[in-house]
Amino acid sequence: MSNIPGDLQYTRSHEWVRALADGTVEVGISDHAQAALGDLVFVELPEPGRALKAGEACAVVESVKAASDVYAPIAGTVVTVNEQLAQSPELVNSDPYGGGWMMRLRPAAGALEGLLSAQAYAAVTAGA
Amino acid sequence: MPFIPHTDEDIREMLSAIGATSIESLFDEIPTALRTGSLQEIPAGMSEMEILQLMSARARADGRQLCFIGAGAYEHHIPAAVWAIVTRGEFYSAYTPYQAEASQGTLQTIYEFQSMMTSLTGMQVSNASLYDGATALAEAALMAVRANRRSKSARILLPRTVHPHYRAVARTTASNQGLRLEEVAYDRAQGGTPVEALRDFEGQDITALVIAQPNFFGVLEDVDTLTDWAHAHGALVIAVVNPTSLSLLKPPGNWGGRGADIVVGDGQPLGCPLSAGGPYFGFMTTRSEFVRQMPGRIVGRTVDLEGRPGFTLTLQAREQHIRRAKATSNICTNQGLLMMAGTIYLAMMGAEGLERVAAACMARTAELTERLAAGGAVRRMFAGPVFHEAVLALDRPAAPVLAALATRGIQGGLDLAEHYPELGSAVLVCATETKTTADIEAYGQALAEALPAVRAA
Repeated sequence: MSNIPGDLQYTRSHEWVRALADGTVEVGISDHAQAALGDLVFVELPEPGRALKAGEACAVVESVKAASDVYAPIAGTVVTVNEQLAQSPELVNSDPYGGGWMMRLRPAAGALEGLLSAQAYAAVTAGA
Repeated sequence: MPFIPHTDEDIREMLSAIGATSIESLFDEIPTALRTGSLQEIPAGMSEMEILQLMSARARADGRQLCFIGAGAYEHHIPAAVWAIVTRGEFYSAYTPYQAEASQGTLQTIYEFQSMMTSLTGMQVSNASLYDGATALAEAALMAVRANRRSKSARILLPRTVHPHYRAVARTTASNQGLRLEEVAYDRAQGGTPVEALRDFEGQDITALVIAQPNFFGVLEDVDTLTDWAHAHGALVIAVVNPTSLSLLKPPGNWGGRGADIVVGDGQPLGCPLSAGGPYFGFMTTRSEFVRQMPGRIVGRTVDLEGRPGFTLTLQAREQHIRRAKATSNICTNQGLLMMAGTIYLAMMGAEGLERVAAACMARTAELTERLAAGGAVRRMFAGPVFHEAVLALDRPAAPVLAALATRGIQGGLDLAEHYPELGSAVLVCATETKTTADIEAYGQALAEALPAVRAA
């Protein structure tokens, strides 16, 4: 059973979103997603300043035998990315909701609507 | 289980499963008017003996000409052992093997090849080879767009001193993928690309600058200044190099303050005979930081479960069979057999042998241009220093002179009229280590005989 913290919001494509005090949001991939991918060997992140549409492919996670896109959970602009993942992609496996965060976005107006609650996301992974 | 697919029985079973009467009936929906029918112009088959007789007759008609043409493909001595080893059954495959790890010998050779190419170019990683130099440049342009994340323009500066065929192939490949390839003028006195020719692009978003060393005219570019200019303006540097020359010249990894970013070239000079244009092989090396943007296969060294060393395909998540439409390239193999020849050639020559070949080529070409210029009708067109090729300016039309030389058994060089009409009567010549002083003298004599028949312009 994967870990799905109740204080975060999620997407059907297995990204999580954490609202921060300064109005930006932190984005990563869920425990379920990291477990399905296996040990990550590389994470490619977007350039800060890039404007993303909701659902746009914006990062790549690569394990030994697979590579997958990470999709922007909401529309917004990339404020900063987790530079530590360049040297330590395994943080996404060991701490997907903490040290494995991928990027911070400044959300476009109204962008946060339509995300899944932890409960709704749990139903998605149960059906997967 | 038979290993031959599509036996008559297989075909019968498949046709009956879908209720079709014949393979031909599967094409019924194509209107008859659009079908070619049988190919009338294709002659009937010939036996092996007849083919041998035909080809022998044609070879006699061609004769054994003395070749002084380079222009991207060079006649070098190839030690007999190279092809004796390459054609062994264990190695005799055009491709990276399927179930690659079952062919440890092939993977080890590729690994050795990669090590040699990184050493020769002064870079950190190499792929397992590409089809040829021209497609390698096209792949490098696409790679530069992926790798230079600060640049949004997909504009690549492509000097006119880069091989015209390479530019044409790069244009074919890149233009339909949104890249803009922009030409840079050369210096008509020196034959190189002056940094002043890049001033118009300053302040603009440029993704990469291509630098050929030596360039198509055989001239050595000021690679340090050009490399530093590119890096100062946020552009990557794509080096197009002749592998033989690298035993004498500064490796691209050391160009300017930071070195080139992607290095490509044609491996033909390394053990591949001139053969009606190919097959040859391309090579590509780069910095470690760009390895995930590099196309092609990469072999890595590892250990198995029992700790024994072994070789494996690595970083495959870049490739088409895993990344599908988002793969770095549609290249999903390498030019295995020719790369093998290049690896064995380099192993046999060693660093010292390759350096002697390069030095001999340089000396022979200098000897050739001096001998030909002594007649007065010919002079070096460009003042810039050259490696093993040079452009000669003639005082009369080049094409009839070259035709007259050919009747005397001399391939006298490449007429540049098609690709560089602005140069007037100009011929690109090359003398490698295979040309003796007597050969050069024969060219000089033939030229002296050929010139009077062609009126000076």
